[in-house]
Amino acid sequence: MQRELRRISIVIFLMFITLFVATTSIQMVQADALGQDPRNVRSVYDSYQKQRGSILVDGQPIAISKPSDDVYHYLRTYSDPMYSALTGFFSNYQGATGLESAMNSYLTGQNSAQFFEQISALFSGNPVTGASVQLTIDPAVQKVAYDALGNLTGAVVAIDPTTGNILAMVSTPGFDANKLAVHDGVQSTNNYNVLLSDKGEPLKNRAVTELFAPGSVFKIIVASAALESGKFTPDSTLPNPVKFQLPGTNTFVQNSGEGKCGGKATVSIADALRFSCNVPMAQLGIMLGQDAIRAEAEKFGFDKSIKIPLPVTPSNYPTGMDPAQTGLSAFGQFDDRVTPLQIAMVSAAIANHGVLMKPNLIQSVLSSNLAVLSQPTPSVFSNVMDSTTAGKVRDMMIGAVARGVSSNGQIPGISVAGKTGTAQNGVGAPYTLWFTGFAPANDPKVAVAVVVANGGGMGQSGRGNSLAAPIARKVMEAVLRK
Amino acid sequence: MSFSNLTSTINLPKILRVIPRNRNIEAWLLVFALGLFAFELCQIQLSVLQILRPDFWLYFLPFSIAVVAIHLVLRMRASEADSLILPIGVVLNSLGIAEIYRLDLHTVAVKGTELFAGKQIAWTCLAIAMAAVVVIFVPSHLFLRRYVYVSMVVGIGLLLSPMLPFIGKSINGARLWIGIAGFTFQPGELAKIALTVFFAGYLVTRRESLAIVGRKIFGIRIPRARELGPIISIWVASLLVLVLQHDLGTSLLYFGLFIVLIYVATGRSIYVVVGLTMFFSGALVASRVADYVTKRFDAWLNPFDQKHYDAIGGSYQLVQGIFGLAHGNLLGAGLGGGLPQLVPLAESDFIIASLGEELGLIGMFAILGLYLLLVARGVRIAFNHNDDFSKLLAVGLSFVIALQCFIVIGGVTRVVPLTGLTTPLLAAGGSSLIANWIIIGVLLRISDSVASGQRSIAAVN
Repeated sequence: MQRELRRISIVIFLMFITLFVATTSIQMVQADALGQDPRNVRSVYDSYQKQRGSILVDGQPIAISKPSDDVYHYLRTYSDPMYSALTGFFSNYQGATGLESAMNSYLTGQNSAQFFEQISALFSGNPVTGASVQLTIDPAVQKVAYDALGNLTGAVVAIDPTTGNILAMVSTPGFDANKLAVHDGVQSTNNYNVLLSDKGEPLKNRAVTELFAPGSVFKIIVASAALESGKFTPDSTLPNPVKFQLPGTNTFVQNSGEGKCGGKATVSIADALRFSCNVPMAQLGIMLGQDAIRAEAEKFGFDKSIKIPLPVTPSNYPTGMDPAQTGLSAFGQFDDRVTPLQIAMVSAAIANHGVLMKPNLIQSVLSSNLAVLSQPTPSVFSNVMDSTTAGKVRDMMIGAVARGVSSNGQIPGISVAGKTGTAQNGVGAPYTLWFTGFAPANDPKVAVAVVVANGGGMGQSGRGNSLAAPIARKVMEAVLRK
Repeated sequence: MSFSNLTSTINLPKILRVIPRNRNIEAWLLVFALGLFAFELCQIQLSVLQILRPDFWLYFLPFSIAVVAIHLVLRMRASEADSLILPIGVVLNSLGIAEIYRLDLHTVAVKGTELFAGKQIAWTCLAIAMAAVVVIFVPSHLFLRRYVYVSMVVGIGLLLSPMLPFIGKSINGARLWIGIAGFTFQPGELAKIALTVFFAGYLVTRRESLAIVGRKIFGIRIPRARELGPIISIWVASLLVLVLQHDLGTSLLYFGLFIVLIYVATGRSIYVVVGLTMFFSGALVASRVADYVTKRFDAWLNPFDQKHYDAIGGSYQLVQGIFGLAHGNLLGAGLGGGLPQLVPLAESDFIIASLGEELGLIGMFAILGLYLLLVARGVRIAFNHNDDFSKLLAVGLSFVIALQCFIVIGGVTRVVPLTGLTTPLLAAGGSSLIANWIIIGVLLRISDSVASGQRSIAAVN
């Protein structure tokens, strides 16, 4: 019998091993996924058991959990719709978006940085209070940007080019996140559906997740690629016909004024940028080739996943184009797609002498006992170009504002570098209007990108210089006023 | 000290009695176990009520007195019995009471009236008393062998009693209960003991003839037809339980028990092969034919499917239990800190999910480890005993605990389909407590004869 007993023992042991494995699988391996199942109310109850951390701008909360008298203990409260693109919302019923989602582990006190607090909470029985998140946003600049956009649909991103700190990030129309944070499920869901069906699509974050055709602001990247190739200088000249037939097609490219770019037989790259001419840029793009342009664009951050810590949709420069498509892409048409943040990064890199700093929204994360849990330091995202080349691009952008078609970016007494864009979106569709630039040009304090979607309500008659540039000017002024 | 010229210790003057080492170890372990229970109760009161209340003693004292009493009974009547079995039983049982009490506190908080902890303590005291009765009134390991056929009749009677009119009751679709005068009882729990005694006694006498195998077919020795008779009847009985009482777990438990015992008795693995094939083909057919089995299978295989989640008798409970376990994570929410009340039947069928949520993976490992240790002690008795009937009885009872843990905890963790069995010693419910404490009593009784048997051999030499 002993042999049989030994075998039975092994069987019993295997049965228990199976149970050990099964519980480990549920409690460790699948635990996170199970916690996120919408049918699992535990995480919802959990998140309300303790005070969620605040999101702060200049010490003032823009999202805060206030004590409430119901089973949820706390009500999430938001200060102003102008911050909705930053905070997103935190709702029982619709989940979380924006920083509420991206910083959730800190806000709930579950981040591994709070490990020791969690351990001591095990013994003391007091739940870990969520950490508060202080943003790099300047409230004055944020307000100017939000007010300047006003009723227009669009976005503004302002970056300190030397640190990568984001000073303002606005997407319009904003929304009132309080309407989704309400504890009444029916009310919250109704409000959510209203926002979803709103034609202005307020729940979209146009600053970092929506892609737009860049139009002429993309010419900065093509000009940079040209200088970086070593074959061109700002004074290199290009043929200057009224129309340029794209190779292998019957399509002609024209300048926006439908005339020549300046009055001569040739035009310099600097002047092409200054007057924002499509014909020379299309030729330049074809000469450079799509690979050189794409390589340049990727140094600026195209095709890369970036977290600021909001996840940023990668901007895209198309692949596999024929020369005709390359020509179109060189002035920001065809399938070029960018986020406003990406365009702000382009200006920031040139402003910072060719060194692109990693864009960042978080100044510090403080636990409830004011211990610093995280304090991102400025870090280099990529070395886009040397400072001499960056200086040349900057000078061309100064020309575009001071003596060119981007003139509405001018600030009296201060040298501004910039570039407008007016992107077409197909036959009859309203234009996408842009301005990007930085100021002061010689000692930049701010790099900015402004996009106005849907033609600013003017269909195909609005221009980047008329609608986007004045907004950018106000934002830059707000920073320089400090 | 030498015992070489002594044949027995019974006539020795008191001062020369063998020091009951096992009992002293047990005493220390019991102090620890009861301390743990006190700690659990305090933590629950502090966590849920934020205050320690004197009714702590209401929960702590009766249980502790019962534990001390059975310890003293063992000192007098079975001083060489295994030292770990009782403390493990106490830890598991008290942990169950603590968690049930914790769920009660929530029920009180939401103005509910269905409380379980008081009843559980009463049943526990009764069950421990029954274990003491076994230790006192079963004088030796051979005693039960006289009642093999009585056990058969009692076992089958108990097993079939829920099918009787009037007293038989269905709860949650399974007809496993009888109800008399407001009390409900799950006779299948007691039947497993009676049937283990019967199987052990029957197999001990028939093992020679069962071990003889007949012709070879395809190179495999097949038992003779008449030796297959008992297996077939047990198989039919198990399937009857499955079909009539709507419970796969009970059915699997009895059949598994029988297969293991016949294998240990005869050493013929062909019985295992034939037995398992018969059972699983039967269960497979049942899963196709019987609606309630199909539902359980669907809920087991695709519990997160919204269709099964929403279905009546579908996977809602299973999924909520799994959510609870996942919520527990590594360290658990702490006793009183989780939300186990969200799972239906959190205090009985799903108590393991409640404990897993509040004690975490660490707690689950500790609980499983305790069960494994308890079973291992039982199997160890079987290994060391020189009497075949006692060997079979010990391994049978141990295996019943192991298999029941596997079926229940495996049901909650999706290893096997969910069934209506109870978690031994933890779950709320009197029948299960009484049955499992009787098993503990029998194991203690047999283990005492292992040790004293060895001692008398040593003494003869």
